[in-house]
Amino acid sequence: MEYYLDNSATTPVCEQAITAMTDALVRGWGNPSSLYSKGVEAEELLSEARENVSARLGCRSEELFFTSGGTESNNIALLGTANAMRRYGRRVVISSTEHSSVDETATKLEESGFEVIRLKVDGNGRISEEDLYRAINKNTVLVSVMAVNNEVGTIQPVKEIRRAVKSAGSPAIIHCDAVQAFCKLPLLKPSALSVDLMSISSHKIHGPKGAGALYVKGGFKKDRAGVRVSPRTFGGLQESSLRPGTEPVPAIVGFGAAAKAMPNTEKIYPRIEALRDYLLSGLSAIGGITVNSPTDSLPYITNISTGVNSEPMMNFLSSRKIYVSSGSACAKGHKSYVLSRMGLSDAEISSALRISFSHLTTTEDVDMLLQGIEDGKKSIRTA
Amino acid sequence: MKEVILLKNGEIALKGLNRRTFEDMLVKNTRRRLNSLCNWQFHIAQSTVTAIPDEEIDMDEAVEICSKVFGFVALSKALSVEKDMDIIREQTGEYLKDELLAAKTFKVNARRSDKKFPLTSPEICMEMGGVILSAFPHLSVDVHNPDVIVNIEVRDNSAFIHGNQIKGAGGMPIGSAGKAAILISGGIDSPVAAWMMAKRGLQLEAIHFASPPYTSERAEKKVYDLLKKVAAYSGRIRLHVVPFTRIQEEIKDKCPEELFTILMRRYMMRISERIAADNDCGALITGESVGQVASQTLYALACTDSVVSMPVFRPLIGMDKNEVITVSRKIDTFDISVLPFEDCCTVFTPKHPRTKPKAYYVEQAENLLDSDALIDEAIASVRTLMING
Repeated sequence: MEYYLDNSATTPVCEQAITAMTDALVRGWGNPSSLYSKGVEAEELLSEARENVSARLGCRSEELFFTSGGTESNNIALLGTANAMRRYGRRVVISSTEHSSVDETATKLEESGFEVIRLKVDGNGRISEEDLYRAINKNTVLVSVMAVNNEVGTIQPVKEIRRAVKSAGSPAIIHCDAVQAFCKLPLLKPSALSVDLMSISSHKIHGPKGAGALYVKGGFKKDRAGVRVSPRTFGGLQESSLRPGTEPVPAIVGFGAAAKAMPNTEKIYPRIEALRDYLLSGLSAIGGITVNSPTDSLPYITNISTGVNSEPMMNFLSSRKIYVSSGSACAKGHKSYVLSRMGLSDAEISSALRISFSHLTTTEDVDMLLQGIEDGKKSIRTA
Repeated sequence: MKEVILLKNGEIALKGLNRRTFEDMLVKNTRRRLNSLCNWQFHIAQSTVTAIPDEEIDMDEAVEICSKVFGFVALSKALSVEKDMDIIREQTGEYLKDELLAAKTFKVNARRSDKKFPLTSPEICMEMGGVILSAFPHLSVDVHNPDVIVNIEVRDNSAFIHGNQIKGAGGMPIGSAGKAAILISGGIDSPVAAWMMAKRGLQLEAIHFASPPYTSERAEKKVYDLLKKVAAYSGRIRLHVVPFTRIQEEIKDKCPEELFTILMRRYMMRISERIAADNDCGALITGESVGQVASQTLYALACTDSVVSMPVFRPLIGMDKNEVITVSRKIDTFDISVLPFEDCCTVFTPKHPRTKPKAYYVEQAENLLDSDALIDEAIASVRTLMING
């Protein structure tokens, strides 16, 4: 048995996605751009996937553009918007705990003459509305704040951004990295949150790696007014030229099937909350553990500090086939800047673990983890 | 007419009556390495090994492989042709065209071991110099410092044409000096130490101490990747992974903190000596250099050496870190060595390690542990894997 509790890093691919992908590989291998029936067949698979994902996200299918994943979606959103909007101003506002695919892209923008404001977070990892209002001015062309933080699960006040933008009289485009929130956070609908761009990814919702999407409000047409974002790669008409290149049909089809197969976000939420509460009470029974996630975080993600260095604890758990991470999987071996910006001590940061659920997580998984942490705390020597 | 590789022996030409054995080893090592490309025939004559491929293959890749075989001082691709001056005249310019076009100056070197060949060496030089000058009018002759040396070697069975030689790996053929065991961590030093001793003809066994959960699977993978780079020179290496957690925890729980490192090193040496002896090794190799860290003071080195009777080779002993790094870049292990996975958890690192450990105190500390049982237990659980060159 394996006890996989690192679902914010990636998720196992669901049966429905595997079946759909196999079919796409065996039967639907045509080029969607080809005019004959083999191509049309592939194109139909593609539009079905687009229907599935957009239905799930709550947008029109013309507003959804497939990419290679969350990182590419975030890159197009930031670089594309900054480029299209540069004549309106040079200020970009993000939170200080964005995923590196937003944070490092913002650094690139700084190097090319933009002013990037990184909003501080409080001890819960949350940005303040006052800071948001203060940071956004007439020169602000882009605001990018994640829906849910990938390391601690903090839910950001994304909905507030529109009001702040309006009150400043700013032309800013609003982007939201919803990679950790898609199919997990209720009421994520882009129109309800009033954002212009939203990034999502397939492999966090039991789809394959290599597919993701960018929502663009009102769709994207080259040379036409609407949300101002410009492509970052060139050379084809695919995805309305926002993301040209022959589509990886099997990966996208898997993404569509996974989105369709995910359980109803609102309905499953109480079960995940109950599982999180079960985890928290188990942890408090062990004692000597601090919880770094806020009490109102997304229940799928729980960040704790065990008092034992993350790496030996992770290795210890891994020897029992219990899989958790020490932070974001993209940051192998590096100390978490998210936790340090939340004001945690070095000791807390170096003993942090991220436990992340999916709808497949069971109480048995949690029991094994609790037992593992308890045994690890007893047997692992500390400095 | 066929393209071959000419490999020049180094010091083994000096080995008198044992020369034949050394040459056989050299051919065996080269054959084993080159076999991944195709089958090869080998001839040995006048301190030169000629490697002849059975099929048409990428000769640059073959040269790259041969440049990592210890025992050769120089090598080059060569065109093997009939011993006929007309053919040599015709083929030389064609075969070395790219090199000659890129050069400004050249000279011709001729060697004639077949004394029945109608032209003498100086005559071949004169003749070929003229042929090349007329085919490549941009060139001029420079006998002292030429960009390209055009080599014409007339040997017993055929003639060889080749351009500049590249440097070989030097050293002695692997296996010619016996076998030794390298204590390898994931750091910069030990792979360099392994490479240096392999260069002197030692076949390698490798011993790595793993302390899960304090060290991760990735740290072990790192050791594997490092040895893979070393094995490109040394040929295959057997890696013994020793579970070391229990011993480290026992030391931590029972012994004075300032002795942790020295005690750990002593246990590593004891275990290594036993594994080494079981695998017919005549020596241990470590990557230590004097004064680098607390466990590498003269006192500490003496204290670790005193638990084993096998000789301990420390080829880096007098080297600075920068010198070691230069070698590690050359053998391409540096970038792997600096990957962040911890190979030695700080949990077991004393804050103030003893730099002048007294034998008495160290032995007293060891008496607190059931050393024999701990060592037996560790050795019983050793995992062994093969790393191919």
